[in-house]
Amino acid sequence: MQSLSGRKKNVVNKKMTIGEKLYLPAIIGGMFVTLKHFFGKSKTVKYPEVKRNFSENYRGLHVLKKDDTGAERCTACGLCALSCPAEAITMTAAERTKEDKGLYREEKYAAVYEINMLRCIFCGLCEEACPKQAIFLTSEEIAPANYDRGDFIFGKDKLVEKQHHPVGKIRGGGPYSKEHYHQHGKNKSIF
Amino acid sequence: MDIVLIEKSILVVIIFAISLGIAAYSTYFERKFAGFFQDRVGPNNAGPFGILQPLADGAKLFTKEEFIPTNANTFLFILGPSLAMLTACMTSAVIPWGGTLEVAGRTISLQVADLSVGILYVFGVVSLGVYGIMIGGWSSNNKYSLLGAIRAASQNISYEIAMGLSIIALLMVASDGTLSISNIVNFQINNYWLIVYQPLGFLIFMICSFAETNRTPFDLPECEAELVGGYHTEYSSMKLGLYLFAEYVNMFISSAVMATLYFGGYDVPFLADFEASLGHNLVTILGTLFFFGKIMLFIFFFMWVRWTIPRFRYDQLMKLGWQVLIPLSIINIVLTGLVLTFVK
Repeated sequence: MQSLSGRKKNVVNKKMTIGEKLYLPAIIGGMFVTLKHFFGKSKTVKYPEVKRNFSENYRGLHVLKKDDTGAERCTACGLCALSCPAEAITMTAAERTKEDKGLYREEKYAAVYEINMLRCIFCGLCEEACPKQAIFLTSEEIAPANYDRGDFIFGKDKLVEKQHHPVGKIRGGGPYSKEHYHQHGKNKSIF
Repeated sequence: MDIVLIEKSILVVIIFAISLGIAAYSTYFERKFAGFFQDRVGPNNAGPFGILQPLADGAKLFTKEEFIPTNANTFLFILGPSLAMLTACMTSAVIPWGGTLEVAGRTISLQVADLSVGILYVFGVVSLGVYGIMIGGWSSNNKYSLLGAIRAASQNISYEIAMGLSIIALLMVASDGTLSISNIVNFQINNYWLIVYQPLGFLIFMICSFAETNRTPFDLPECEAELVGGYHTEYSSMKLGLYLFAEYVNMFISSAVMATLYFGGYDVPFLADFEASLGHNLVTILGTLFFFGKIMLFIFFFMWVRWTIPRFRYDQLMKLGWQVLIPLSIINIVLTGLVLTFVK
C-alpha cells in the first residue's frame, strides 16, 4: 500500500555485517549520543523556584470577577450551573440591600457560590455561558491539594478575585496572561 | 619494625577513608551525571548543588526500619552485606597509590603491601565478593533474591575466566617472574603504558570489570524489571545501604586496578624529569594525584556506560562471556606469545 505520510519503512530481516556484529561501533556511537546530552542544556524547570508561564488560553481555576468600581459582576442567573457538564457549580441567589450597593453590581447577587473542584473538568463552558463576564478560568493557582474532600468545594472566599482588574483586558493582556508576566517580571520565562 | 607498623596503619586508615569517601560521592555524581545525560538537573536541594546528598542518603538509610524476614537465616542474613563490604574494601591493600615519600630520613612506600602474588590476591578477594551476594540472596528465603544470587555467581565465574586470561597476556609482557603489582607499574614507568602493548587485553579486562562489579550492562543480579530487587530484595536500612555502597567501592577499586595495570598507575610521562627542580616528595604527590585523576576518568566511564547501554538478556550475557570473551582472550595470549617470540 502507498504510504501517505511518507514515513513508512519496510522491515527487512537482513544479516548483520561483521562490523555490526562487533557491536562496538554502535556502542561507541551511542556513547557519543549520550555525551552530547551530557554537555547539552538541561530542560528542567526548577519548579518551586521557577514557574512556567501559562499559555494564553490556559484554563486554570475559576475567578469571580468584579467590575470597574469593584462590585461583583455575578447576578446568580445560574447559566453557568446549567451549562456545566460535570454538575460542579451550585449557587444561592439573594437580593441586594441598600447598604451593599457598592458590593454587587445588580440587584440580584450570589449569596453562596460553590464549585466542586473534584467534579470540575475545566472545560470552560461556564465562562462561555456567562452573560455578565463574571466567571473566568484564569486563576494563577495550580495543583490544589487537600487532605479533605470537603476542602475541594471552593466557596466565594476562594473564588472572588481579591484585587480589581479591568475586565476588558482579561484575555490577552489580562492579569494572568503572558504579557502581564513579562511586564511585571513575576516569573522567569523559559520560552 | 614498630615504626613501619605505624606508617602502614596510617596509610591503611587514609586509604580506607579515601575509598569510602570516593564511594559515597560516586553515588552523588552518579545521580548528578545521570541527570546530565538525560537533560535533567539531578539532586540539587541538599546543600549547594545538592552536595550534601550522600549524607542525607546515609542518614535516611541509618534511620530506616531494620527488617529481617521471619523465615530468613538471621546469622547469614547479617553476614551477607558485611562480607560484601569487607571484600570490597580489602582489595585496596595491594594497589600502589604512589611512589615513595621521604619523611625524616625514612622512605615510605605508598603501597600497603607489596605482595609477590599481588594480582592473584586481587582476584581472590574479588571472587570472595560473590559470597556476600550469594549468602545474602540465599539466606533471604525469597525466590527473587535466590535467582539474583545465582545469576551473580554464574556471571562472576564466567567473566573471571576471561579476566584472568587477559591478565596472563599482560604478565607475559610485563612480569619479571612475580605477580607483584608494583613491578607492573615499574615496567610501565620504564617502557610505554601497557595499553599500548595490550589493547585487546584491556578491552577484555574492562568488559569483565563491568561484569564483576555488576554494573550496567551486566547488572542482571539486581535487574529490577525481572527480579524485583535481585539479591537485596529483602534488605532494608543500612544493610541495603552496605550492598549498594559495596558496589561503588568495587567500582572505585576496579577503576584503580584498570588504571594501575593498563594506564601506568601513578606514572606520569616526563614528570620524573622535573624531580630535581620540584623535589622527590612533590613529584610523588603529583603522581598520586594524577593516579586519582585516572581513576576518576574510569569512574566517569563506568557511569557514562551505565546511562548509555541497556541491560543484556541473560543468554546473551552468557554467550558473550563464554563464546566471545574467553576465545578472544586465548587468541590474545597466542598473539602476544608470537609477537614476543618473533619480534623481540
